[in-house]
Amino acid sequence: MIVAEKLSKYFGSKKVIQDVSIEVKRGAITSFIGPNGAGKSTLLSMVSRLLKQDDGIVYLDGKDVHKQKSKDLAKTIAILRQSNVVQMRLTVRELVSFGRFPYSSGRLTDEDEQKVSEAIAYVNLEEMEDNYLNELSGGQKQRAFIAMVLAQDTDYILLDEPLNNLDMKHAVQMMKLLRKLVEDFGKTILLVIHDINFASVYSDRIVAMKDGKIVAEGPTEDIIQSDVLKSIYDLDIDVHNISCNRICVYF
Amino acid sequence: MLKRKIILLVVIALSLAGLYLFIHMNFQAMEYLMRTRLEKILAMILCAVSIGVSTVVFQTITHNRILTPSIMGLDSVYMFIQTIVVFLFGSGTFVIMQSDAYFFLTILLMVGFAFGLYQLLFRRGQSNLFLLLLVGLVLGTFFSSLSSFMQMIIDPNEFLLIQDSMFASFTDVNTNLLLISAVIIIVLCIYIFRYRHYFDVMSIGRDHAVNLGVPYEKIVKRMFLVIAVLVAVSTALVGPITFLGLLTANLAREFLQTFRHTYLLIAASLLSVIALLGGQLVVERIFSFSTPISVIINFVGGVYFIYLLVRESKKI
Repeated sequence: MIVAEKLSKYFGSKKVIQDVSIEVKRGAITSFIGPNGAGKSTLLSMVSRLLKQDDGIVYLDGKDVHKQKSKDLAKTIAILRQSNVVQMRLTVRELVSFGRFPYSSGRLTDEDEQKVSEAIAYVNLEEMEDNYLNELSGGQKQRAFIAMVLAQDTDYILLDEPLNNLDMKHAVQMMKLLRKLVEDFGKTILLVIHDINFASVYSDRIVAMKDGKIVAEGPTEDIIQSDVLKSIYDLDIDVHNISCNRICVYF
Repeated sequence: MLKRKIILLVVIALSLAGLYLFIHMNFQAMEYLMRTRLEKILAMILCAVSIGVSTVVFQTITHNRILTPSIMGLDSVYMFIQTIVVFLFGSGTFVIMQSDAYFFLTILLMVGFAFGLYQLLFRRGQSNLFLLLLVGLVLGTFFSSLSSFMQMIIDPNEFLLIQDSMFASFTDVNTNLLLISAVIIIVLCIYIFRYRHYFDVMSIGRDHAVNLGVPYEKIVKRMFLVIAVLVAVSTALVGPITFLGLLTANLAREFLQTFRHTYLLIAASLLSVIALLGGQLVVERIFSFSTPISVIINFVGGVYFIYLLVRESKKI
């Protein structure tokens, strides 16, 4: 379980996260939604130790994240941030192989190679595994990076806008894959997501943030309500039940 | 494929070394010539390896392919030390400059400068490498200006002494120092080489590296210090020649087209050896010692960079 207690973060004098406390349950998809600049990505970065908080503590399975060995953490929690630019010439397979670094320290075993192949297959990039990253489209690149995180084979997976650049088909495939990881392998997944309908259909819980604070939190049905959404986005949003899914209409 | 390219470089380096060793051999003075030439070759290899390795690692931790460790300002500190010694002690300094104690003092001062920068900027909890480099650059410029000022007002004959140390030279390397430097450089290079897999991961960016369990900040700080010592030793031994690193680190990346530091580190070192041996051969046999080797290396390096620029602009 991930527990954050009274997290705060300043960039200069600006407070981007203010006293945020949160518990994330295991074996579920938790989506973080909210307007731009709400602090969602910052929160995820702090939870995954990419960024050090100015105040507060993050506990991962009961232990302080910043007091654990980075190498051990890398086997438990993985994060993918939004912008992923790699200047080097790398093939897809080489990139995904980096995901095995916490286990192999650079020397891949047969088991590692196996996991890498599986991860590439999950995101349907088998045919392109020997292509260089700079030859790929934005969506293919995004999938390659997600494969790297999957190859890391961690209990916790944090994805910051994983649907960026993905077309509809691949976006749906990606969310179904994440659902499968939760149901079949008991993974815990945290997402920052902007498409509120994807959040509504695929997540178990939703955390809504605004101005560096959590404004609403709970099971998906409780958050996907017109009045709750209105308070988050300042937008009139109709919620309809379409084939058992709660779909928001806000156009 | 990569291994084959490395073997090719080894073969070229070895044949150049052989050529350097045996060219114009006078068999009556063979023993003497062999000894001095072997010493020079050893000095070149040491310098080449420390420059090649330190530049590749420096470029990886700064994520910048056009930087070299010279941006830390160590060269300027070195020149400043040379100048101030001549300035204070006059032409009698030639004896001082040849002594072992002076060698260690220069290393100590250069490393002290790097440690000072490090303490000032890294210890405060921050770890902004670029701020540190910027301060190094500014201080380096400061020391260069002070040096030029002093060079302006000293006796022209004494200036010649300084001018000698402005360019790297392999002709009068002190044998005692060679062995000590060899030990330091080999130990540091082995230390760096043990991190080679970490460098691979670090080159895809800080966030990915941290995510994959690399103690990123710790390694950057350690490498900064190790690089400073490497550059200090090689500069104190033969003089400032950091441009070589820019040339060979990039050549290694172009030639191998890989991110694997196991190969990059070896290739950059070998290419540096080739450049120095080749350059020294040209200096000794074609120009008969009339130009310093750094002029040749800078010339070849400059031409190579213009070629890179032209080629890249054609791509667009």
